Amino acid sequence: MMFTAAGAAVLIAILLFLMRALLGPTAFDRILAVNAIGTKTVVFVALLGFMAGRPDFLDIALLYALINFIATLAVLKFVEYRHLD
Amino acid sequence: MTTLLIDVFLLLLLVITAIGAVAVRSLLAATLLLAIYSLLMALVWVSLQAVDVAFTEAAVGGGISTVLLIATLVFIGRREAPAPLIHWPSAAAVVITGAVLIYGTLDMPRFGDPQAPPHQHVAPHYIAHAMEETRVPNFVTAVLASYRGYDTLFETAVIYTAGLGLILLLRGARARRRERRR
Repeated sequence: MMFTAAGAAVLIAILLFLMRALLGPTAFDRILAVNAIGTKTVVFVALLGFMAGRPDFLDIALLYALINFIATLAVLKFVEYRHLD
Repeated sequence: MTTLLIDVFLLLLLVITAIGAVAVRSLLAATLLLAIYSLLMALVWVSLQAVDVAFTEAAVGGGISTVLLIATLVFIGRREAPAPLIHWPSAAAVVITGAVLIYGTLDMPRFGDPQAPPHQHVAPHYIAHAMEETRVPNFVTAVLASYRGYDTLFETAVIYTAGLGLILLLRGARARRRERRR
């Protein structure tokens, strides 16, 4: 029950961030939305793991956190300097 | 029941994201929406208990693809040329292909059916004998690294060759650009 409530809250948060990513208006709103959805993904993977009785999903949640960071870094670098190298 | 609700909600978000990525004019926004699409897709995979696929989806779709698309934007700029939102011949092709694919799925065994052909072929042998034959405790790993070892080996060779080619091509382009600057 507790996990279900938490899962619903995270899913609604993802929906709200998705709205922000769709509406913009600036690139930074969208980047923040992607980053926030990435964070919610990490939480949701962990939640799904505990709901399914497989807490080893936590490792995958950690991997997601790392990947999320790489993509955000590349996007921010592009917006700031217009090139990646 | 809860799982079904989660799946339906995630798939709904996926559809919204996909339509948004097509409709939005700024290419940077489209790239970011595709990153969101990958993250949501990875959640769908986790919800289907296909954790290894989710791993790949997050690493390739959310990480590498985003970086590659951004690298492309460096060359082509951030704005899309104005064009009508729906290109009717392409829309027709997509709808027809989709209809054919959905028609094809009607013949598939029910989702999770233990009597389905893929579960009857070699899978029982792997499940029963993977440990004694390969000494690998996880049978997905046993299939990938041992039973399909040659397949995986040459897949790796293909990816290595592709990476090598890409590095050589990009190196050449960078050297030429430096030459032009001088």
